[in-house]
Amino acid sequence: MSTSALSTRGLDKSFGSLVVASDIALDLPPGERYALIGPNGAGKTTLINLITGMLKPDKGQIFLGESEITALRPEERVKCGLVRTFQINTLFPHLSALEAVALAVCERRGYAGSWWRKLPAYADAVEEAYAILQSLRLAASCYRPTYELAYGQQRLLEIALALATKPKVLLLDEPAAGVPQQESAELFSVIANLSQEIAVLFIEHDMNVVFRFAHRIIVMVGGRILLQGTPKEIAADARVREVYLGGARHG
Amino acid sequence: MVTSSAVAEPQRYLEAQIRWRPVEIAFWLATLLPFVLTPNYLVLASQIAITALFALSLDLILGYAGIVSLGHAAYFGFASYTAGLTARWGWGEPLTGLVIAAAAAGVLGYLTSFIIVRFRHLALIMITLGLGLLLAEAANSASWLTGGADGLQGVRMWKLFGVFQFDLYGTTAYTYSLAILFVFFLVARRLINSPFGLALRGIRENAIRMPAIGAPSPAHIRKVYTIAAVMAGVAGALLAQTTETVSLETLSFQRSADVLVILILGGAGRLYGGLVGAIIYMVARDQFSGINPQYWYFWIGTLLVAVVMFLPNGILGGAARLVRSGRSRA
Amino acid sequence: MIASAFGVLFDGFAYGMLLFILSVGLSVTLGMMNFVNLAHCSFAMLGGFVTVTLTNELGWPFLASLPLAFLSAALVSVAFERVLYRRLYRASDLDQCLLTIGIVFVSVAVAAYIYGTIQQPVNLPSYLRGSVSVWGQSLGVYRLFLIGVSIVITAVLVAALEYTRFGAKVRAAVDNQRMARGLGIDVDRVFAVTFALGSGLAGLGGALAIEIVGLDHAFAFTYLIYVLIVVAVGGLGSIAGSFVAASLLGISDMAGKYYFPELGAFLIYFVMVALLMWRPVGLFGRR
Repeated sequence: MSTSALSTRGLDKSFGSLVVASDIALDLPPGERYALIGPNGAGKTTLINLITGMLKPDKGQIFLGESEITALRPEERVKCGLVRTFQINTLFPHLSALEAVALAVCERRGYAGSWWRKLPAYADAVEEAYAILQSLRLAASCYRPTYELAYGQQRLLEIALALATKPKVLLLDEPAAGVPQQESAELFSVIANLSQEIAVLFIEHDMNVVFRFAHRIIVMVGGRILLQGTPKEIAADARVREVYLGGARHG
Repeated sequence: MVTSSAVAEPQRYLEAQIRWRPVEIAFWLATLLPFVLTPNYLVLASQIAITALFALSLDLILGYAGIVSLGHAAYFGFASYTAGLTARWGWGEPLTGLVIAAAAAGVLGYLTSFIIVRFRHLALIMITLGLGLLLAEAANSASWLTGGADGLQGVRMWKLFGVFQFDLYGTTAYTYSLAILFVFFLVARRLINSPFGLALRGIRENAIRMPAIGAPSPAHIRKVYTIAAVMAGVAGALLAQTTETVSLETLSFQRSADVLVILILGGAGRLYGGLVGAIIYMVARDQFSGINPQYWYFWIGTLLVAVVMFLPNGILGGAARLVRSGRSRA
Repeated sequence: MIASAFGVLFDGFAYGMLLFILSVGLSVTLGMMNFVNLAHCSFAMLGGFVTVTLTNELGWPFLASLPLAFLSAALVSVAFERVLYRRLYRASDLDQCLLTIGIVFVSVAVAAYIYGTIQQPVNLPSYLRGSVSVWGQSLGVYRLFLIGVSIVITAVLVAALEYTRFGAKVRAAVDNQRMARGLGIDVDRVFAVTFALGSGLAGLGGALAIEIVGLDHAFAFTYLIYVLIVVAVGGLGSIAGSFVAASLLGISDMAGKYYFPELGAFLIYFVMVALLMWRPVGLFGRR
């Protein structure tokens, strides 16, 4: 029996009487593309926060491959290969894209602690950072500070930072959020070209993206997993239509 | 928009960022001018160099890592007293005394850094303030050790390298202080341009993103805080050695507040901000010292308000903006 | 021993009540807008000097000068809010600190220029002087007055918060600013009014402080540290927090001075650091 790249068991979280996660059991096999959908307030981002360690669960366990990571700090989970991107751009405004990705690379390679050698001396890290930016077609503007980049480019930089950590499991929180039509093609090709060695779980509201890329869809409502299945199964399910595609409020 | 300075090779771009600029070289050559132009003011010049080093140490934690400390004088004063006591107890050799005092400040910084990393916002500001005040009170009470309000007496320094005596003219004092300042400036410059410096800027720019890229922020903060404590300690020790006295003022909230004002005035996060701020502040204060001290507070207060409202990145920030707008018009 | 312990408690509590009046405004506005107004004690100082001028120069009765101390501080704070503070609501903590510290420097210099650097005297009416005997204890009349005023103020504040519409808006804005705006509450206006009230209270506190701790040109600076301690330890945005923290601080300070005079202010700073390390958001703080 093959081990999932990422799995959770019995994950619970409440804020007082507000239940944001209830008995979440998730299994993400290696190399797969799963989508997590649900109405606003269903607890999708909360789940990502629980998995990455930004939020502590009341109960439950989280596994990366065979090892349990429930007790690890967020940065330790990243070192184990579990990485996320943010729904709202969480970047370094005054660092150039090159510097930002180089920082992530240096952290991974353990160079970030050294203060007696200048950054350009770590040629391998710089080359790797540049290569990542090239693969995401950000190389042309990588010398400019992040706040000067177009919104779509910033979304790509979000992903670049995640890729720089060489993840085994990648959690994308609404990667296409707010990206205008003209720039989204770029984003989609990046997602499509993500290495098959990475398992991806992405939250999305844009059903085009979901049906295009997901091998399997998980539907969350009110902190619980309602059901999971292939895109065909989900599209046909009356419950999902009722809760999300049909009657649910958006925004 | 592709500017003419965009280079194809990332390596060359990064090297270009950290290259020595001509204005920097001019600045350091200018620090030699007091020997020639104002030989009567070398004591003041050495005080400025010491304050500049102190401000530089604060820049590392405030300008680069984003930690607001209202108690940084603790390391300055602690090392000052250590250096003074070392000399008073018989060992007056300057350089080794400096090392001992800096090490003491470093240990204190290392220990307190564990407290510092656990807090943010108002709690952090108040804790740094509180720790500084605690140390100042302790020094006040322990007058058997520190000399209390009268200050530490009997600090006699030996000749530097066995040749140069610290005297009233300040020649040795300024040479010594300037040389040490330059050495630690080089250290700070290298640190800023290293991967560690990049990590610090990452913490300042977005503390939330750092753990998400696997960065151990607390460890980074502890490291820079310790280094900053060592540098502040070197400055404090220099003061004790060049003036051959130590007073409670070196540990006071006043000194912590002053260095903060100096750094903001010059511009935090720009390496030279503390140096520029120190020069302007100390020269101005020296000019004003004859006049009513209240006038000094009035003008500093007004200047502070003006800087925050109109020059948010300090004098160097404003200068950089001018240069940028001048370039774009050309 | 017991008699003096009670005396220390009483004097300490009175001192704490003074600190409460001085601090409560800052706690609420900090909790609401996260605007670090270190010049809060400058408004307190203003109120104090208004009372000094009215009673000494113009012969007003002490009690009559108090409402004016309140009003003048409130009005001046409105002017500052309109002209300067408003632009810095989104600025960093540090920038707000620096701007308001600059204002403190200027206020200290101006006070010294106008009034000199000596302690200001105040003429208390005879019915506020001396002491009365309560259950065998000798209690200062002025301190009783101070405690009385504070309790009245606390009651009014709590009642206003709980039972008035404005109070409900204040509570909402402190709790969750974005949500409050979303509900249609004019948070900026609520803040402006609260800020004026808080500064007015500070002014009142400054006037009341003259008899207890004295008033000089450096008041804005000297008491800033105590006010910050009360606010940080009590928790931002909490009246109850300010009340408890101020009482604790007042009593510890008095006890420290009485029983351990060699320690000086060491005890206060130690208690503050220890409390903040245990509960960084303050005793009654949130988040």
